[in-house]
Amino acid sequence: MENNHDEVIREVTQNEYKYGFYTDIETDTLPKGLNEDIIRLISTKKKEPPWLLEWRLKAFQQWKKMKMPAWAHLVIPKIDYQDIIYYAAPKQKASLGSLDEVDPELRKTFDKLGIPLDEQKHLTGVAVDAVMDSVSVKTTFSETLAELGIIFSSFSEAVKNHPDLVKKYLGSVVPSTDNYFAALNSAVFSDGSFCYIPKGVRCPMELSTYFRINAANTGQFERTLLIADDEAYVSYLEGCTAPMRDENQLHAAVVEIVALERAEVKYSTVQNWYPGDKNGKGGIFNFVTKRGICKGNDSKISWTQVETGSAITWKYPSCILKGHNSIGEFYSVAVTNNMQQADTGTKMMHIGRNTRSTIVSKGISAGKSQNSYRGLVRIMKNAENARNFSQCDSLLLGDKCGAHTFPYIEVDNSTSIIEHEATTSKVNEDQIFYCNQRGIGTEKAISLIVNGYAKEVLNKLPMEFAVEAQKLLQISLEGSVG
Amino acid sequence: MLSIKDLKVIVAEKEILSGINLDVKAGEVHAIMGPNGSGKSTLATAIAGRDVMDITHGSIKYMGENLLEMDPEERAKKGIFLCFQYPVEIPGVSMVNFMKTAVNEHRLFNGLEPLSAGDFLKYMREKKELVEFDSQLTNRSVNEGFSGGEKKKNEIFQMALLEPKLAILDETDSGLDIDALKIVANGVNTLKNKDNATIVITHYQRLLDYIIPDFVHVLYDGRIVKSSGRELALELEEKGYDWIKEEAGRQEK
Amino acid sequence: MSMSQEYVELFKAKEQLLEKASPSFMMNIREEAIHQFGKTGLPDHKSELYKYTSLQKLFEPKYNMQLQPSNVEFRVEDIFNCDVPNLQTRLEIILNGFYKVNGTALTRLDNGIIIGSFAEALRKYPELVKEHYAKHAGFEKDSLVALNTAFAIDGLFIYVPKGQVLEEPVQVVHLPMTGYDTMLHYRNLFIMEENASAEVIVCDHTLSPFRFLTNSVTEIYIGSGAQFHYSRIQNEHLNSNLLTNLFIHQEADSTVRSNTISLHGGLIRNNTNVLLNARGCNNETYGLFLSDKNQHIDNYVNIDHAKPECTSTQLFKGILNDQSTGAFNGRILVRQDAQKTLAYQTNNNILMSDEAKMNSKPQLEIYADDVRCSHGATTGQLDENALFYMQSRGIPRQEARLLMLYAFAHEVIEKIQVTPLKDRINHLVDKRLRNELSRCNNCSMACGDLPIPD
Repeated sequence: MENNHDEVIREVTQNEYKYGFYTDIETDTLPKGLNEDIIRLISTKKKEPPWLLEWRLKAFQQWKKMKMPAWAHLVIPKIDYQDIIYYAAPKQKASLGSLDEVDPELRKTFDKLGIPLDEQKHLTGVAVDAVMDSVSVKTTFSETLAELGIIFSSFSEAVKNHPDLVKKYLGSVVPSTDNYFAALNSAVFSDGSFCYIPKGVRCPMELSTYFRINAANTGQFERTLLIADDEAYVSYLEGCTAPMRDENQLHAAVVEIVALERAEVKYSTVQNWYPGDKNGKGGIFNFVTKRGICKGNDSKISWTQVETGSAITWKYPSCILKGHNSIGEFYSVAVTNNMQQADTGTKMMHIGRNTRSTIVSKGISAGKSQNSYRGLVRIMKNAENARNFSQCDSLLLGDKCGAHTFPYIEVDNSTSIIEHEATTSKVNEDQIFYCNQRGIGTEKAISLIVNGYAKEVLNKLPMEFAVEAQKLLQISLEGSVG
Repeated sequence: MLSIKDLKVIVAEKEILSGINLDVKAGEVHAIMGPNGSGKSTLATAIAGRDVMDITHGSIKYMGENLLEMDPEERAKKGIFLCFQYPVEIPGVSMVNFMKTAVNEHRLFNGLEPLSAGDFLKYMREKKELVEFDSQLTNRSVNEGFSGGEKKKNEIFQMALLEPKLAILDETDSGLDIDALKIVANGVNTLKNKDNATIVITHYQRLLDYIIPDFVHVLYDGRIVKSSGRELALELEEKGYDWIKEEAGRQEK
Repeated sequence: MSMSQEYVELFKAKEQLLEKASPSFMMNIREEAIHQFGKTGLPDHKSELYKYTSLQKLFEPKYNMQLQPSNVEFRVEDIFNCDVPNLQTRLEIILNGFYKVNGTALTRLDNGIIIGSFAEALRKYPELVKEHYAKHAGFEKDSLVALNTAFAIDGLFIYVPKGQVLEEPVQVVHLPMTGYDTMLHYRNLFIMEENASAEVIVCDHTLSPFRFLTNSVTEIYIGSGAQFHYSRIQNEHLNSNLLTNLFIHQEADSTVRSNTISLHGGLIRNNTNVLLNARGCNNETYGLFLSDKNQHIDNYVNIDHAKPECTSTQLFKGILNDQSTGAFNGRILVRQDAQKTLAYQTNNNILMSDEAKMNSKPQLEIYADDVRCSHGATTGQLDENALFYMQSRGIPRQEARLLMLYAFAHEVIEKIQVTPLKDRINHLVDKRLRNELSRCNNCSMACGDLPIPD
């Protein structure tokens, strides 16, 4: 019986990585290695203004002085930063028709990933910026959105078309020297998405960026900048996959969000980078800095993440709650299996009065993986009546994995209330038996229970992503009926 | 339908059942009564197949097959249904999805096509009316935040959906007020027919006013010490369990 | 010269003195320890363990290192009497880090129980000491323990042989009393053999108004089936700083309950390390602190579940007033082997003033799957609705606040099993909450309110 149980857990948790294919397309790459010349070359290739090159070089100078952070509960193999290609762009065939034409090979790739680049074919209500390796391939619905004054484009285009906005906000939330990986990104970032929602506009569709690593030996360093002006609203999605390769690949992204007066931003991520094989060979190192600032009063930033991929995840989507009455939220499901390691969580910095934050984190560990929640709630001196509630649960499937909780609670104001709760346990045997007694086999029972466990977070995802995320968690029909 | 022969069961190094014999035929209702700690719930769980006990001796045959060799879900799909004394909460899993999964597992087992979402909802509506089940509860998570009475009614509702051949009601009456008790009993009576059988496990005879048993067995100290017709239940209600204990004591000597 | 180097030099200078007080096995350990300290130095703010407590600042002033017993002409008992009414205890005094001899330095009771001076035990029962000394308090990763191991000479020794019960609770009073700023290191070793049972009450007081820094290490070995209760009351003046390092090693089916009540002091940092080294252990660690002025109180607890079927419970509460700061850092480690672990941790804090500050860091680190572990932490203030409710029933606001604070603190105090002691602490906490002097009966010293000398 015991063995049978283990067998079932193995089956439930060992699904094949479906996005591991590789697209054979000619790629324009810079030589391996990181130095000033490479940074200059990247800047030249992107025809950037001199201020941006200066900004990159400054970050690079800082980065050289910095050390890789060692505080996370992670074992990170030594990374040779000179052995990485910092720029790789798929070469598109000379366009035949319109300028918007996408190479059929690329189109096929994204079709296969379930991200059609034809606007007609696309899920209604979702605009996509598709990024492969270092460059944005295509942004859909740009024109439709432009009619409302919404700017949604690749980062490179934004630098060209809206330099003032970029200059004003780039690095304003995550300074170029914020941390080791943010500095690296600031020096070499190649592309990403840019989004500006003007005053009073509710973005009528979900905006989405799909990141795909394709080329070998290449690092992906994209940068997303999202600005919601006064009373604006946007829901933003992000998805990612990569081919299966034996060597590790580095992904060090930066996401910055600015929410002005009464603005609201929902940022959702389904992270499914290649996690490596079951022996821990290959997989993406996902070292990401995501931070939003509720700059205006009554603004709100909500992070939702479903983390299933990557060999190593180091990621703490955070909120700076500067505006009075602003709200920060963090909902996370992090699944680790086999040899995966995740150290993920959030930071909630309460600066303004009546600021509120909610943290719900659900960790699921299986195989020989290590899964840590790390979170900081800081209530600053003037954050009167600040409130935080945190709930961090861990579920263990199997006896070789680890689940850890490291919250930091720093309170400097006596009118605030902070509550933190955490539990760690394995799948409840009573629940499994109850399902069994109703004719549901143990494998299905575990998958039902795990899905139910993650439900609170999955419910926060936009519909299109929720379905994808549920599939990722090996789940039957939970939520689609009733 | 069910034949238990000299069943001995050990839980946590203690013998709880010490030689149980019981025969249940289609169309019959059996009541198993007994004081607290006599092993009633252990018997129910042994039939359902919970993996927390050691069955050291004896056999359980169900429809001619060796029940002890089957996984709990196989027993369930072959028609054994346990109304839990303490129904388990499963946060985040909606009743609808839970029961749809269960019903379709049963159908698959019986060579039937799974029900579509629409057909299942229709089927569920029918059964809800049959057992007077509150329609709001199916949208909630399994048993989560249900009152004691709601949990028990939910068990009967699930029984209606799964149409078992052998239903075991483990202290289903505990914690119910008289109205809920009637609803539960009506549900059981409605579902009863000549092809299925029911085992009612209870401490009090109250429930037996509404579900009329054909046989009453008294379980004491891991053994069935007395079996008789319905009148035994009334006698127990009147005199309590002490005389049974005394009688059992005399037999020991 | 760096700070850590100063202590290495001091060690060299005092080597002869230390050698005289130590058998060769111990001298070797001392040398290793000072070498270790010289290498690592004091942890700074970058260290996760001392993120919220600055040791650098604490060690900055010049202290005289106390390495010899003090000559006192008077009986300490005459000026100090920390009595708990209706409680008979065996009173032991550690004066300036040295066991104060009152008759004999080491007593051997009829049932084989040994109580007395650690230094004396080392001379008389070297094998017994050697078996446990520095075995539970590892100094490789802990500079404070290393520093203590290098310099500590005396302290209290308790040995309870197999199956024996220490009938009378032992009350240990640690008293710094010198005429100058002093650094003290003392060392306690308690050995509970199989099925032994004992109760120890520790009181920390100060008898003179100088700056003190006490860095103590207490090693406790709890044999299979043994029971041990440990209560600690810390009540010192604002310029007296305590670093306590408690190491508890538990064997199968043993039970330990410890209770730390911090009423007053300058900087207090309590490190509690528990190793549950065999099946079936139960550990309960409780703490309460009340801080005001510029006090800083930091509790660190590390519960290491190394073996299966053990249970641990932590409850720590803090009430912070004025500009005081507090920290709680609790870690539950469940090793891969420790299946069926039950581990719980709770930390609740109340901030009474706008300038008070609390940092809380509860942690779970779990490598076994069949476990139930949870932690909860809250920081807030008194419930306004409850206050208003009481006021509407005619209770003055100030009294209502006190009632609520008292109720908040009570959850920890009620865990103390010795009733007279519990009553006494209730009384002291009540007085403390009313901002009255929290001195003991018959005490000539005003521990709470000594002026701070510059």
